[in-house]
Amino acid sequence: MTDILAITDHRRGELRDVSYEIITAGRELANETGGDLHLAAISGAVDDFAENLNREGVDAIHTVSHGEEFNHDVYTQAVTQLYDDLAPQYVLIPNSVNGLDYAPAVANQLDLPIVTDTIGLETDGDTLIATREMYGGKVETTNELEGESVVTIRSAEWPVAEGTGDAAIEAADVEIDESAIGSTVTGFEEVAGGDVDISEAEVLVSVGRGIEEEDNIPIIEELAEALDATVSSSRPIVDNGWLPKNRQVGQSGKVVTPDVYIAIGISGAVQHVAGMKGSDTIVAINTDPNAPIMDIADYAIHDDLFDVVPALTEEFGG
Amino acid sequence: MKILVTVKEVATVEDEFEIKDTEIADQYLGADLNEWDDYAVEEAVQLQEAGIADEVVTVTIGPEDSEQTIRQALAKGADRAVRIWDDSLEDVDLLDVNAKTEILSAVVDAEDPDLVLTGVQAGDDSFGATGVSLAEEIGAQWGAVVNHLEHDLDDVASVRRELEGGVEELTDIELPAVLTIQTGINEPRYASLRGIRQAQRKELDVQSLGDLGLDESATESQLTLTDMYEPESESDVTVWDGSADETAGELGELLRDKGVAP
Repeated sequence: MTDILAITDHRRGELRDVSYEIITAGRELANETGGDLHLAAISGAVDDFAENLNREGVDAIHTVSHGEEFNHDVYTQAVTQLYDDLAPQYVLIPNSVNGLDYAPAVANQLDLPIVTDTIGLETDGDTLIATREMYGGKVETTNELEGESVVTIRSAEWPVAEGTGDAAIEAADVEIDESAIGSTVTGFEEVAGGDVDISEAEVLVSVGRGIEEEDNIPIIEELAEALDATVSSSRPIVDNGWLPKNRQVGQSGKVVTPDVYIAIGISGAVQHVAGMKGSDTIVAINTDPNAPIMDIADYAIHDDLFDVVPALTEEFGG
Repeated sequence: MKILVTVKEVATVEDEFEIKDTEIADQYLGADLNEWDDYAVEEAVQLQEAGIADEVVTVTIGPEDSEQTIRQALAKGADRAVRIWDDSLEDVDLLDVNAKTEILSAVVDAEDPDLVLTGVQAGDDSFGATGVSLAEEIGAQWGAVVNHLEHDLDDVASVRRELEGGVEELTDIELPAVLTIQTGINEPRYASLRGIRQAQRKELDVQSLGDLGLDESATESQLTLTDMYEPESESDVTVWDGSADETAGELGELLRDKGVAP
């Protein structure tokens, strides 16, 4: 058993980027095990998806046509049946919100170990060495697993697969038991709308947990006004209700690409970085010189934001 | 309706720390109620206040030291707590998802809740998988990354799941179910002084694996932690030093050079 089965992710008719990244991760593992890379496209326009997914290094694509959108019961049934049929060594699943909604169920049902949110994978064919982070990215760990396992991969850690492949595309022999479906998706809603579109801003003054309390938010707003910039934030500020959801930068908020991104009191959790790493110039103001934000910042001030921000506002006549 | 909430005491790490073998040295570690579980406790207590839940019970896998954290959850309104511990758990480096699933499912068998709430993930090991794995094990329905729950639960939980990119999915889930709760679903309360006093008198039941009908094999993780290290920084950041006025001046100059500030 040396093959790899990788499951792809899509939403509202579009394959998500991680679907092309998981091809790369899967191919690397398949090269190490000497096996084949099988992909699965489940629900939605699976034939169109299969055509797009047929990239270099893919040996087979299995389609499961059932419903339009993701449903975890359908995915769990489809993946466990594909596993029984194909007997792969590793099942790769995106560590997306949807991936986390069925990968653990697949692992439990198949009685396999699961390792989630991996950022590096190696195998000698028997032992999997998975690299992942702990403590909010402060440390990296390596973890060993023997035999078969379910593995979820973090998005944007592997490059997207390119080229055109010659995979065998076929409808999988999977039967979905409708009576076992216990949840129904009733709709989708965009929640980050509103009067301000931070993805259009040239300069973002972005505030994080370091601001400590809601009463301190005005010093950020004053700076933004002096700079003619737009205020954005990391997740905890929105969770606390200090700024509306349309200001949130990150995986579950908006992706932004301003000319200048000033990260104030933001440590730089991976979910936040995913939303702002495309900024042209990144400036970090943070007392912790080891904060992850420093890894992607172009300029940094390791100082108290309560000293630096008012000084900068004053500099611009605020 | 009975609600079971999983509550974990997570290790917190100071900005500067040292690693000893596959652990962060003790002196750099603190302990706190897992942030995601705090929201799960709040959601359960709100369901109780809305007259939906009759009882909120917390369950924690943890040593005696974790009782302070468990009392925090009790002070916020949970009715009673179960803590699972055993000598065989003492030396376990990393309890993987399957081990946690086995232990927690034994607690579900004993408590028979209608709804289980867990945090989406734990701030220390960040697996993000135990809730869904538990649901599958106990034959319940589930929903992961829930950031809104309608508080008129009948046989169905109407939830919103927070997807990537500012999109939410609306889903109806049949009960009994396990929901993994995302931060921001509510505003967790601070424990009142009265709540803290009351928490001291609430039942905190300590159970061993044997009490749950499990043996030591339940603690065997299939995942072995083999190394821990600080990630290598690929940073080529330019650091501005000096007083706040000086560093603000440097940043001001950059913004003017780029033509993005007045």
